Amino acid sequence: MNAQNVDAPSAYFLAEVSNEIETHTLSLLVDNEPGVLARVIGLFSGRGYNIDSLTVSETEHEKHLSRITIVTTGTPMIIEQIRHQLDRLVPVHRVTDLTVRARRANQDKPLERELALIKVVGDGDKRLEALRLGDAFRATVIDATTDHFVFEITGRTSKIEQFIAIMKPLGLVEVSRTGVAAVQRGPEGL
Amino acid sequence: MSRPPGALVLSLFDIPKDVQFATGTYQGPTPNPAAAHKSYRPQVKGDAASIRKAAEMMAAAKRPVLYTGGGVINSGPQACQLLRELVQLTGFPITSTLMGLGAYPASGENWLGMLGMHGTYEANMAMHDCDLMVCIGARFDDRITGRTDAFSPNSRKIHIDIDPSSINKTINVDLPIIGDVGHVLEDLVRIWRSSSLKSGEAAAKSWHAQIDAWRARNSLAYKPNQDIIMPQYAVQRLYELTKHRKTYISTEVGQHQMWAAQFYGFEEPNRWLTSGGLGTMGYGLPAAIGAQAAHRDALCIDIAGDASILMNIQEMSTAVQFGLPVKVFILNNQYMGMVRQWQQLLHGNRLSHSYTDSLPDFVKLADAYGGVGLRVDKPHDLDDAIEEMIAVDKPVLFDCRVANLANCFPMIPSGKAHNEMLLPDEANDEAVANAISAEGKSLV
Ligand SMILES: Cc1ncc(C[n+]2csc(CCOP(=O)(O)OP(=O)(O)O)c2C)c(N)n1
Repeated sequence: MNAQNVDAPSAYFLAEVSNEIETHTLSLLVDNEPGVLARVIGLFSGRGYNIDSLTVSETEHEKHLSRITIVTTGTPMIIEQIRHQLDRLVPVHRVTDLTVRARRANQDKPLERELALIKVVGDGDKRLEALRLGDAFRATVIDATTDHFVFEITGRTSKIEQFIAIMKPLGLVEVSRTGVAAVQRGPEGL
Repeated sequence: MSRPPGALVLSLFDIPKDVQFATGTYQGPTPNPAAAHKSYRPQVKGDAASIRKAAEMMAAAKRPVLYTGGGVINSGPQACQLLRELVQLTGFPITSTLMGLGAYPASGENWLGMLGMHGTYEANMAMHDCDLMVCIGARFDDRITGRTDAFSPNSRKIHIDIDPSSINKTINVDLPIIGDVGHVLEDLVRIWRSSSLKSGEAAAKSWHAQIDAWRARNSLAYKPNQDIIMPQYAVQRLYELTKHRKTYISTEVGQHQMWAAQFYGFEEPNRWLTSGGLGTMGYGLPAAIGAQAAHRDALCIDIAGDASILMNIQEMSTAVQFGLPVKVFILNNQYMGMVRQWQQLLHGNRLSHSYTDSLPDFVKLADAYGGVGLRVDKPHDLDDAIEEMIAVDKPVLFDCRVANLANCFPMIPSGKAHNEMLLPDEANDEAVANAISAEGKSLV
């Protein structure tokens, strides 16, 4: 009987609470000042919320605003709480749940991309196979010797996961990932 | 955790020396809204459709209760006025948290008393058995809910709050309304009036009859005593002798705070200053001084415990220096009473560090500060002494010697539900009186 999601224009129209664990992508606009990231992360660790991925960079230089993208998991109720708790932090200007927004626009997901640098060491058939698969995944080789490649790959998290899994038996030695950057589809801004 | 050896310095603020010596032009806060805070834009108007829905749910309710909190008072006098109007219109019974006392008058017909851990039986039972709970500016704190999985199991819940993060935090609600209490109540009252909504009369009758039956349990009762001042009696007398004046009451933290909340009747908002969930012993004296500085003509009383008052006793200097005649009404039981009560009820009466044998002489202490000290230990001297305290135009430390081992009842023991309250007539008095054996006394 409990309705939820106070974000909606009128809450009581909403569906029943689901207790399923979901993954959501949140976008935060924050003042780019010392300690902001620590406060955001501190809120997650202090309350035992999950962070699956986190990216941050200044996006509006004149206003000194940074955009933080956080991928988190929890029940819809917990994700609502996270969103509102983040919104209470003084240097946080806006918190947008891109996953909820996408759903409301009848889209599957927001646009999400990640970049990874992947080092693979090997020779012979394995080396050839790595190169061939790199091609198939549209990864570019940005560094190489006769012993190794460094691939640069961009795409959805699932694609990157898959590529890393495939590279494992082919001599994977190192992975560096940026975490997810995300925007909503369509002409609208945040 | 490890840190390098050496002193640990904690400071909230460091103003560099060169900044301290620099000169500049002072610019006060601007009332210009554009210059107001960039990232804080609370929603003050509630959603109209939700408020309408709330009104409908209220009209349909058979066993409604209003559960109000400090948010009503923070919203302002207008919000309190509207709350009173809403009660008048709907006839709903109303209870409040510690922080909300005074928003609705204690003498009001629909008043159930405070709810929660030391709230009245009727307030807690109404919360437990209601079919509609309207929470206004309160946050379902653990002192209110008791065991959350047994909290008001059969009710639909409306929650009006300005802070979206309060919604569904500990208790799931059916209809959240985000907004300032004053704005939301204004709309709610208007809708109720314009749609000529009415609460169901027949249902209201049986609900109020049920509440009266609970009230008849007289859950605040205590055993009167001719020889020893009961702390509840002391607060009752203080109330009777000050209620006709413009009085501000502050408290410290402990049993005295709960007795003040239970036995001092607040008719107006903002007359009650207590630290609530922050649980700050030492709060009461500075708070009373602040109230006195703002209201020179008022009677400002800190209802204190003997332990709490020592936390900020140096502020007596402030009161004397600035000519602020605050009154500190110490319910002196020689114990950190609330700690002792918990040790008794929850730790098999293994009392530890809750008794003070060497309290200062509060009368001499007052004198030392340049204030006035009064001491009473007999019930029949109490009224005169209180009158004297009021008449003195100086800061007063009033050492009211009360029964040492009185417990604060009723009580929802931690981890229990609202309908599992411990009532005073069930809490065996003999057990309480003999709580400490001679052997135990030498240990504390
Ligand atoms: C600064 C601070 N320290 C400790 C506590 C924990 N505490 C809560 S009540 C209490 C005892 C208060 O004793 P007293 O002031 O004598 O009041 P009584 O309960 O006897 O009325 C203590 C230690 C607190 N709330 N605040």
